[in-house]
Amino acid sequence: MELLMDLLNIDNITMKFDGLTAVSNFKLKIAPGELVGLIGPNGAGKTTVFNMITGIYTPTINKIYFQDQDITGIKPDKIAKAGIARTFQNIRLLDNLTVIDNVMIGFHLHLKSNLASAILRLPNYAREEESIYHKSMELLEKVQLEKFKLEKAGSLPYGQQRKLEIVRALATGPKLLLLDEPAAGMNPQETKDLMGFIQKIQDDFNLSILLIEHDMKVVMGICRRILVMDYGVTIAEGNPIEIQNNPEVIKAYLGVDANYA
Amino acid sequence: MVLSLFLQNLANGLSLGSLYALIAIGYTMVYGILRLINFAHGEIFMLATYLLYYGFLIFHLPWWASFIVAIALTALIGMLSEKIAYRPLRNSPRISVLISAIGVSFFLQNLCIVLFTGIPKSFHRPTFFKSIFQFGEIRIQSTLFASVIISAIFLTILIYIVYRTKTGLAMRSISVDIETSRLMAVDVDKTISVTFAIGSALAAVGGILWALRFPQIFPLMGMMPGLKAFIAAVVGGIGNIPGAMLGGLFLGMSEILFVAFFPVLSGYRDAFIFVILILILLLKPDGILGKNVQEKV
Amino acid sequence: MKKQNEKLFTILALVVLGVLVYLAESNLDAYKLRILNLSAIYVTLGVSLNLIYGFTGQFSLGHAGFMAIGAYVTTLLVLPPYYKEMIFILEPLVWPFTVMHSPFIVALLLSGLLSALVAILVGLPVLRLKGDYLGIATLGFAEIVRIIANNIPQVTNGALGIKGIPEFSNLWWTVGVAVFTIYIIKGLINSSYGRALMAIRENEIAAEVVGVNLTYHKVMSFAVSAFFAGVAGGLFACLITTIDPKAFMFVMTFNILIVVVLGGLGSITGTVIAAFLFNYSLEYLRPVEAGFSIGPIVIPAIPGLRMVAFSVLLLLVILYMKKGLLGGAEFSWKGLFQFFRKIFPNKKSSEGSAR
Repeated sequence: MELLMDLLNIDNITMKFDGLTAVSNFKLKIAPGELVGLIGPNGAGKTTVFNMITGIYTPTINKIYFQDQDITGIKPDKIAKAGIARTFQNIRLLDNLTVIDNVMIGFHLHLKSNLASAILRLPNYAREEESIYHKSMELLEKVQLEKFKLEKAGSLPYGQQRKLEIVRALATGPKLLLLDEPAAGMNPQETKDLMGFIQKIQDDFNLSILLIEHDMKVVMGICRRILVMDYGVTIAEGNPIEIQNNPEVIKAYLGVDANYA
Repeated sequence: MVLSLFLQNLANGLSLGSLYALIAIGYTMVYGILRLINFAHGEIFMLATYLLYYGFLIFHLPWWASFIVAIALTALIGMLSEKIAYRPLRNSPRISVLISAIGVSFFLQNLCIVLFTGIPKSFHRPTFFKSIFQFGEIRIQSTLFASVIISAIFLTILIYIVYRTKTGLAMRSISVDIETSRLMAVDVDKTISVTFAIGSALAAVGGILWALRFPQIFPLMGMMPGLKAFIAAVVGGIGNIPGAMLGGLFLGMSEILFVAFFPVLSGYRDAFIFVILILILLLKPDGILGKNVQEKV
Repeated sequence: MKKQNEKLFTILALVVLGVLVYLAESNLDAYKLRILNLSAIYVTLGVSLNLIYGFTGQFSLGHAGFMAIGAYVTTLLVLPPYYKEMIFILEPLVWPFTVMHSPFIVALLLSGLLSALVAILVGLPVLRLKGDYLGIATLGFAEIVRIIANNIPQVTNGALGIKGIPEFSNLWWTVGVAVFTIYIIKGLINSSYGRALMAIRENEIAAEVVGVNLTYHKVMSFAVSAFFAGVAGGLFACLITTIDPKAFMFVMTFNILIVVVLGGLGSITGTVIAAFLFNYSLEYLRPVEAGFSIGPIVIPAIPGLRMVAFSVLLLLVILYMKKGLLGGAEFSWKGLFQFFRKIFPNKKSSEGSAR
């Protein structure tokens, strides 16, 4: 049997903001190639966990490890270089830049040419730029956005903006992808396409994925393992069937001990 | 340093500081509700002095009447500038309003240069304000008492308005969330107008007291005091009215004491204030009394 | 349009520009040349401010400060030692400035480099601030520079300033530097680094999360911007031949800001046009200030009317044409030809253009 190295190891972290505890004693280990779901009512602290992983917040107590390296409190750009990418609940695209620019920016962190060769457009830089362009087009083709490459990102319809954001994250070449409510605002068909898309990119790019979602079809459909949070605390962990039948989970979502499940 | 000299400097610092405080309150009120640094506020201060000057000179009004007219007209000009140059940009990116404020500031400066020429005019002070009181070796101008007392009175009135009246409640609510305030039937336009009126009126008072203390007026006189008063508002915590008061006093004292202790460096007195600004922005950007509001990610 | 063709057209345009500069230099009088030179310097100033503000989104009001540094450095390097000894009346000039003397181009380069160095030192702490706060902090910086210049007569001759600076700045220099500035800044903007800068402008958090190091990129942009502001300051000193701290008050930054806003933030073409428009309007409004008569009505000389007009202009542009005169558009050879095809359509173009 293979010994799976933990890709991500969140070691019992707590996040306090001036007396308000947003997340408390959160533990999670993700192995390479896993697709883990993180669910819970609004305000449970899920996005806060994402923010801690990506360096936007620093956990008040304890540490986070990625590929055995301590990444606690490291700035977001270094986290991206280490191999973790994310999307946002409220979509953070570069609205006034073109669709293709939004993807090409994802390749910037791996740029080998220095500033001078970029400004003077020396041959080694021109080659890199060409390669970035082609790789970006490939990514856009994966989500059928290549026709819109010169449109302003802010002018795309909502669903396509979400796809663009995911593709931008992929451009950074991550090993771990954090998706924050990717299915929000999508209709059933789009949601089905998204589920297929997520599984496909997981295979194609060899990713581990941590997914925050409210749409239970998506979560139960593609996640092998699910964590449930409520009021900053993990209240359950297990496979979809275990989670669906867990009384604590039902209570958290419905607020009563329902006998309807 | 001899005690009497130190006390003299303290008195001067208090006097200057209360003037900065009056102007700073206007900045902080406008920033609190609009998140706008009203670059033109210093020019409002300057205009009041000219209105006063012409009140005396041309209309030969008794000094108390000139004061009232100057304050009222200045408040009006403040409201007008908001209506013309800031209201249309309320939904634009903040930078646009900032540039508009810079534009208004320059417009008013240059308008005054055109109307009144750049040559400084000497102010004729009513006799009461020329008197100087002597306490042992310390000489205190009557304007010091006037500044401190008037500032205290106006601050009290202001705090009453902001915390005890409906208009004040409206102001505080807009400073937290302008859209929700609108939905709660707060008359946002009127409240903002009132805020500008009050802020401008206070700046006018500051201007009058300033002109009585330093009786030479010129169109560019509002730039430095305006900038320093803004820095005072930042030091005290931008958006916080008692903070502006505190910041003003602190800055006034610091400036006077800096020159008192380092007379050789007196040419750098203004630079000293800017250094304080940069330090505060880097070390405690919320100022002494301010609150930190973080962007939600 | 093929990249080769674009390059060809650009080279052609530069040759034409060279010819125009030659003709201007040999035929126009000093007055006309002065306005042209000033406009070219404003192009450099405007494009460099556009880099940090229009493209990187950092509201810097400190440009006059960097200009001042450049102006004084160039002046001290370009004046011969015996002359400096003569004119420093308040206090004798301090060593090593007494012995420093260099050719114009070296002086300009050093001006730019020193400004860039100061920008890095100031930028590292200050660029953490955002929006209005950054504006005020950079404004404070520029004022500190000016106040220092006023207070160190042993280096700057204090408030008296320095007169008799050799008039090295001719059209070849000013236009040459402007072209170079545009070449470098355009090169930067069109590269991946430029994308990173614009990403910072659009959404800092998103930029950071895709791996853009905010500090490095902001400070880099600030330093490049300051470099060109410093060089422009040097050109400025050797154009108007006297400098004193009063020349670098906030009005100077305000003028450059007008040019950038008028031309459109993020549009280099707009800045070029606006720079010339601004300086020519300033000149043409001069007679208005000197007083004139319309029939029986005599309007007396009113100094300062020009700036009133400009403040109103700035307000109008900000209120009604937020994207500037060109609406944020940028020049390109392709765009120019498309524009002409619209006006003069022929059979080929109506069938659609092949790529």
